[in-house]
Amino acid sequence: MANEKSIILKIQRQPGPDKASFWETFEIPYRKNMNVISALMEIQANPVNAQNKRTTPVAWECSCLEEVCGACSMRINGRTQQACSALIDELEHPIVLQPMAKFPVVRDLHVDRSRMFEDLKRVRAWIDIDGTHAAGPGPLISPHRQALMYILSRCMTCGCCLDACPQVNSRSPFIGPSAISQARLFNMHPTGAMHKDLRLRALMGPGGVTDCGNAQNCIHACPKNIPLTDSIADICRQTTRLALFGSLRK
Amino acid sequence: MGGNGKKVIVVGGGLAGLSAALKIAESGAQVELFSMVPVRRSHSVCAQGGINAATDPHGQGDSTWEHFDDTIYGGDFLANQTPVKGMCEAAPAIIDLLDRMGVTFNRTSEGRLDVRAFGGAKFKRTAFAGATTGQQLMYALDEQVRRFEAQGLVTKYEFWEFLVPVIDDDRRCRGIVAMSLDGMDVRAFPADAVIMATGGPGLVYGTNTTNSFINTGSAAGACFRHGVDYANGEFIQVHPTAIQGEDKRRLISESVRGEGGRVWVPKDGKPWYFLEEWYPAYGNLVPRDIATRAIFKVVYELDMGIEGRNVVYLDVSHLDPAYLTSKLGGVLEIYEKFVGDDPRKIPMQIFPAVHYSMGGLWVDFGQMTNVAGLFAAGECDYQYHGANRLGANSLLSCIHAGFLAGPEAVKYLSGLQNPTDAVTLLQQAEKRERDANNEWLKKDGTENPYALWREMGNLMTENVTVIRENPKLKLTDEKLLEIKERYENRVGVPDKALWKNQPLVFTRQLENMIALARVVTLGALARNESRGAHYKPEFPDRDDANFLKTTRAAHSPHGPVLTYEEVDIQFIPPRERKYDVEK
Ligand SMILES: Cc1cc2nc3c(=O)[nH]c(=O)nc-3n(C[C@H](O)[C@H](O)[C@H](O)COP(=O)(O)OP(=O)(O)OC[C@H]3O[C@@H](n4cnc5c(N)ncnc54)[C@H](O)[C@@H]3O)c2cc1C
Ligand code: SF4
Ligand code: SF4
Ligand code: FES
Repeated sequence: MANEKSIILKIQRQPGPDKASFWETFEIPYRKNMNVISALMEIQANPVNAQNKRTTPVAWECSCLEEVCGACSMRINGRTQQACSALIDELEHPIVLQPMAKFPVVRDLHVDRSRMFEDLKRVRAWIDIDGTHAAGPGPLISPHRQALMYILSRCMTCGCCLDACPQVNSRSPFIGPSAISQARLFNMHPTGAMHKDLRLRALMGPGGVTDCGNAQNCIHACPKNIPLTDSIADICRQTTRLALFGSLRK
Repeated sequence: MGGNGKKVIVVGGGLAGLSAALKIAESGAQVELFSMVPVRRSHSVCAQGGINAATDPHGQGDSTWEHFDDTIYGGDFLANQTPVKGMCEAAPAIIDLLDRMGVTFNRTSEGRLDVRAFGGAKFKRTAFAGATTGQQLMYALDEQVRRFEAQGLVTKYEFWEFLVPVIDDDRRCRGIVAMSLDGMDVRAFPADAVIMATGGPGLVYGTNTTNSFINTGSAAGACFRHGVDYANGEFIQVHPTAIQGEDKRRLISESVRGEGGRVWVPKDGKPWYFLEEWYPAYGNLVPRDIATRAIFKVVYELDMGIEGRNVVYLDVSHLDPAYLTSKLGGVLEIYEKFVGDDPRKIPMQIFPAVHYSMGGLWVDFGQMTNVAGLFAAGECDYQYHGANRLGANSLLSCIHAGFLAGPEAVKYLSGLQNPTDAVTLLQQAEKRERDANNEWLKKDGTENPYALWREMGNLMTENVTVIRENPKLKLTDEKLLEIKERYENRVGVPDKALWKNQPLVFTRQLENMIALARVVTLGALARNESRGAHYKPEFPDRDDANFLKTTRAAHSPHGPVLTYEEVDIQFIPPRERKYDVEK
């Protein structure tokens, strides 16, 4: 809990990808209902550190500010989460901000998550429609199936699950839980299922679904409560069947 | 480089930009897609409610004509009717296509798309995907564009900022200059067709907006400053109930008042239910604009905001918690998540917030601006909502306009006669922008750009939102000129790095935001009537004789120059729009 007058932020900073990191402490005025983003904005508007020295504003990523775009993931007091929904009043004091550790740092709290978008290509995370011309409605989908697909489809590519996963690191080719879960989503769709095998094959080799050590860290880290371990288990079953039968296409 | 040798630049990867990119790539042309954030993180993900289309799944007699009529009426007859009619007619096929792309729309028990009711509509026609429709639509389009990216037809420039359009002496677009947001390098990119799909300008109102932090409107402002006209800028939609936040405002759905929420402020130590007192017939259920104006009056005129702050209570704590959870669970969750209080026990604190800009870059019915080859689509165009936007019509207009702009841009390229080289022009523009960056980096003045931005935002919020008075508007423009002067002479860029320098980018955006703020303010000053979202107590009625006209602002060295243009009303004759009855 912050004291009534000011908030102390300890921020791990790094000027660029190949630069050394260092800590900088900030003391900023406390107001009710602040989140970590508004604390960082305060530094933007008055970039002075706790030693009263002028410094540069802290770099970080944000967009929606309502936990739906996935941009603002960072480690806050050691836990990877969204900065926009991290409320100052609910955090231990002083507040320690660090970039996610499983992605290369671009600057300060801003990391490079482009691998996640590449991984979406690898698992063909799309429906292969014939074209955008008028061709009537899509296939019927039961409300029950829609409900599960919707939960999976709320993945905002934020990377919290990758940051928390012990099997994801710079030396490992493991694709990580979110892309696996996306493969499950598209395999669930009646049209998507026509290209099931391609998604599964992409997840069968090194770095694929068997690299998961079942540590379950990912589900606890996911801000959208996506059932990632269910997805991994499901894709495991699908890949096993594919290995046995050679094809799952209908 | 594959494809048919044609190339279009699309700036912006929200719903409008992705829709345009998809159509262009599908035609076999190359797309260069620019976005300041990875496109999947564009503001469109914020939309919660849904997307309109008269699919009439319940056989209630809805039709595209009814949708058209509701949109025109809701927009207080200021929208050109031909493009709106086209949009409403295209809507059902757009929904079908999104469905085929795998959007997780809610379903009926038979497995078809479900629809819900929304404000200003006579029929249920809003398709929705849980509480995050915008996000779900974005992902479907993002995925389709990624498919073309994997095939080499789309090249993404993510973390690139559009700086200026490059326009030749014949008023033709020849490309853009953009800046990498990593290495800060400035580069010109040639293209004879460019589509702007850069979203709304909510940040002109500081943090008093439900928009994403990236919605500065800077790109549209830059186009305006380079000769692209801006239309109906004064029409800004304000939503009455949003959560106060230091960083932004977050929408609280109208359904809260619908379920019995009461709005009040303390007076003599007791709750004063001012809506119930002032509007006994409707109480807390007065329409959006009336609720908003009443709250403004209490806070700004009567100075009775809670603890002197710009907030009032929206109270559901008198209602049964179990009932609340079943009816409003999702909404109350948002409040709890971002405020930390349980609205079942503690009254929510809310205030109106700037939500949407009906105005935008002027375009013709083929989405082309007054600069040949430069198109605009999405919230940054002015085309589809007139003086006021209906809920769930924006996602539709973004996709429709993108689907229109993409093929129009390709068609424009096909019609070009022996396009000449613009190398020198592009080089000059690139050099100018690079030099400008260097100049900015040297700026060491005492005005912090973020602080100056907040000051401007508060000025705009207080004077150019729901209650507009000419003396105050005049004063606001004077103050904007003063802010502009302070900006030009005294701004300091608090970071000198040539790597990921966010303050430099923001400082440059602020210049364009100030320009747009003036367009909005002067447009409002000149429009002596009340129409849609624009309300002047001195002129409380709609004045069709003088103002059934599109405002068109053109840039000049002395500020925006306004002209007026006839509105296309060929299908539905204007009729009175009643504010005091619920539809
Ligand atoms: C909270 C909220 C809820 C809403 N709910 C609904 C709803 O239920 N139904 C509805 O119909 N509408 C709704 N709206 C409105 C709707 O979401 C927006 O109008 C719409 O998403 C705008 O889409 P767009 O494609 O025009 O722009 P955006 O999605 O804002 O995308 C703009 C793109 O341009 C890029 N860009 C901007 N400037 C630059 C630059 N200088 N250089 C490079 N790239 C740039 C951005 O990176 C981004 O990719 C809601 C709005 C809000 C704020
Ligand atoms: S369950 Fe698998 S994917 Fe999830 S954290 Fe553990 S190892 Fe990583
Ligand atoms: S699965 Fe969850 S934690 Fe992982 S990227 Fe998606 S939303 Fe983020
Ligand atoms: S800013 Fe979008 S998730 Fe936090």
